[in-house]
Amino acid sequence: MSAYWKANQRRLAPWLFLAPGLIMFAVYVIAPIFQSMWISFYDWDGLGEAKWIGTANYAELAGDPNMVTSFKNNIIWLALYMLSVPAGLLIAIFLNQTVRGIRLYKSLFFFPFVISQVVVGLIFSWFYAPGFGLLYKVIEFFTGTGVAILADPDLVTYGIIAAGLWPQIAYVMILYLTGLNNVAPDQVEAARLDGAKGWRMLWYVILPQLRPATFIAVVVTVIGALRSFDLVSIMTSGGPFGSSRVLSYYMYETALSEYGYRMGYGAAIAVVLFGIMMVFISGFIWKMWRDETER
Amino acid sequence: MVHRKAGALAIMAALLMSSSAIAQEKRILKYNADYDPIPLAAMEALIADFEAANPDIDVQLNNFDHEGYKTAIRNFLTADSPDLANWYAGNRMAPFVAAGQFMDVTDVWDANGLNEALGSAAASMTIDGKKWGVPYTYYQWGIYFNKDAYAAAGVEVPGPEGVDWATFVSNCEKFKAAGIDCLTTGTKALWPGAGIFDYMSLRTNGYEWHMDLTAGKIAWTDESVKKVFTELAKVQPYVTANHAAIDWQDAAALLVQGKAANYVMGNFAVGVFKEGGMTNDNLGFMAFPEITPGIPRSEDAPTDTIHIPSGATNVEDAKKFLAFVASADAQTKLNAAIGQLPTNKNSTVAADDPFITAGFKMLSEAHALAQFFDRDAPAEMAKAGMEGIQQFLVQPDQLDAILERLEQVRGQVYK
Repeated sequence: MSAYWKANQRRLAPWLFLAPGLIMFAVYVIAPIFQSMWISFYDWDGLGEAKWIGTANYAELAGDPNMVTSFKNNIIWLALYMLSVPAGLLIAIFLNQTVRGIRLYKSLFFFPFVISQVVVGLIFSWFYAPGFGLLYKVIEFFTGTGVAILADPDLVTYGIIAAGLWPQIAYVMILYLTGLNNVAPDQVEAARLDGAKGWRMLWYVILPQLRPATFIAVVVTVIGALRSFDLVSIMTSGGPFGSSRVLSYYMYETALSEYGYRMGYGAAIAVVLFGIMMVFISGFIWKMWRDETER
Repeated sequence: MVHRKAGALAIMAALLMSSSAIAQEKRILKYNADYDPIPLAAMEALIADFEAANPDIDVQLNNFDHEGYKTAIRNFLTADSPDLANWYAGNRMAPFVAAGQFMDVTDVWDANGLNEALGSAAASMTIDGKKWGVPYTYYQWGIYFNKDAYAAAGVEVPGPEGVDWATFVSNCEKFKAAGIDCLTTGTKALWPGAGIFDYMSLRTNGYEWHMDLTAGKIAWTDESVKKVFTELAKVQPYVTANHAAIDWQDAAALLVQGKAANYVMGNFAVGVFKEGGMTNDNLGFMAFPEITPGIPRSEDAPTDTIHIPSGATNVEDAKKFLAFVASADAQTKLNAAIGQLPTNKNSTVAADDPFITAGFKMLSEAHALAQFFDRDAPAEMAKAGMEGIQQFLVQPDQLDAILERLEQVRGQVYK
């Protein structure tokens, strides 16, 4: 035993150190993924007997209008959430200067990311609220009739995304600010001597050096858009009449909410969402792997 | 030191023995519930009375948060069952009955003459010809109105007997002219809209039809359903415009401020109206107007109930408790404290509360009592239905699409 240990110590040690993490990951992340897939083939209310129904849940999903709405909203989320990357970059560049009290300004811009999403949702609900909301009042002042964003099926998703962008831009900004600290001053100096300024300086000198920050910003934004749940839940509960649903909220509604408890159907939605996320995540992992092997 | 340790041990042992002796004297009855503060105090008083009458029983009330309870009950019924649990009547209890989680308590009903005393609630407690729990309170739904708003719009204030449907609709036009919402609601949480639909349905086609609809026996694309929505369309333009973005309390504020005249609500809203400054003088109540002449008047009266889970260990005492809760005196006292109506017809209600007395009279004379849309219809149908009703109140031109979708859901829910 001890001879084996001596011979293979260097090979085994990393695995022993990794074991606690790996076991946790397997039990709490990997296993539930397969359990969800398994449940998605059943008709189960969480109480009685689970009945095997094969792919019937998926067949129902394909023809479910709520699923179409949720899917469409997820795509809108994904597209508009991407705005936080250029917006965050813009603010970061704007704040990346040395004036008196800049630290205070930076922390003020970072503030929306510090407060909880639930609070962000509440603030924006009041902002939009018919009758007394600030935005409602402003629109009423200019056009004569107020618009209740969260009651309008065509506007509601955009209203929620606007609320989500507020903290997300702050998050991306902080990523870029740390990135800008690492921009090599000698390269900027050299570019300046060569006559580069403005857009060309940004595009050819600064941005290439910010690539790692951009990569992380895109990853967290994509994942943030796909798992958007708290804002939808707080601001509209998926309403009016389900027009602001996204996949993660629809999954919660069917499986766990007051009128839900269709565990199999909810699990099927979760599997679809997992599939969509996997497309992006494997893309990201592939890119990271490629970058590392190239080096 | 050794002596002192031995002494401490002896004291410990004595303490342990004495506490187990107490436990032997009193039989424990575990009760899981979801009361808000005022009902909680009332139920604690009822439990004190019960323990005074049964000194050998110790009721241990374990109170949950109201919303969290709806999830918790599914866990504790299977994992760590109490002897008693709160829930609701009608289709809401059907999943638990079907899964064998609630105990048949027909013998409690038979032994205590409850079939007669709790007659109005009996039907909603019955599944497969058996009783699955005991109701302890319910409350009426109807139209609450602001008399000041009526005066401001120059509309005659309805008397206790209410108005007819044509008058109600024509009043709405006058309110519109005065810039007041004729009918207010806040459908952000969906269910307040279902109250309006329930009454449209009960008044247009009657209780039996409404029960058939919620039981999935009538197609949503049927002509009779369209009749209900035709009536609803008459008041749709006069409903508060942004109801989909506000909660029922926000709509209550509109009524209190006189920006809205009528509100289809349950009696629990009276507390909110009065907190907002309304009094018995300017807050009015009437039954929902008759629409199709000759249909016997039925009402919504959601009933709260207590059940014995199948995993209960102290069944005998649990049944004693149910019989006590069902008794006329206990219900009189409990409901006086929480401002609702007793389900026992031999109980009495406070004569100085005009809403309680009106509700008690209204429900005792009703042809039949519906629970509420989301308790009469199965969960999935209820959710889709309430969304459809909300959508109709916003986009009445989408009616055909709404009904088609509901019909599709009906095909999936009732197999």
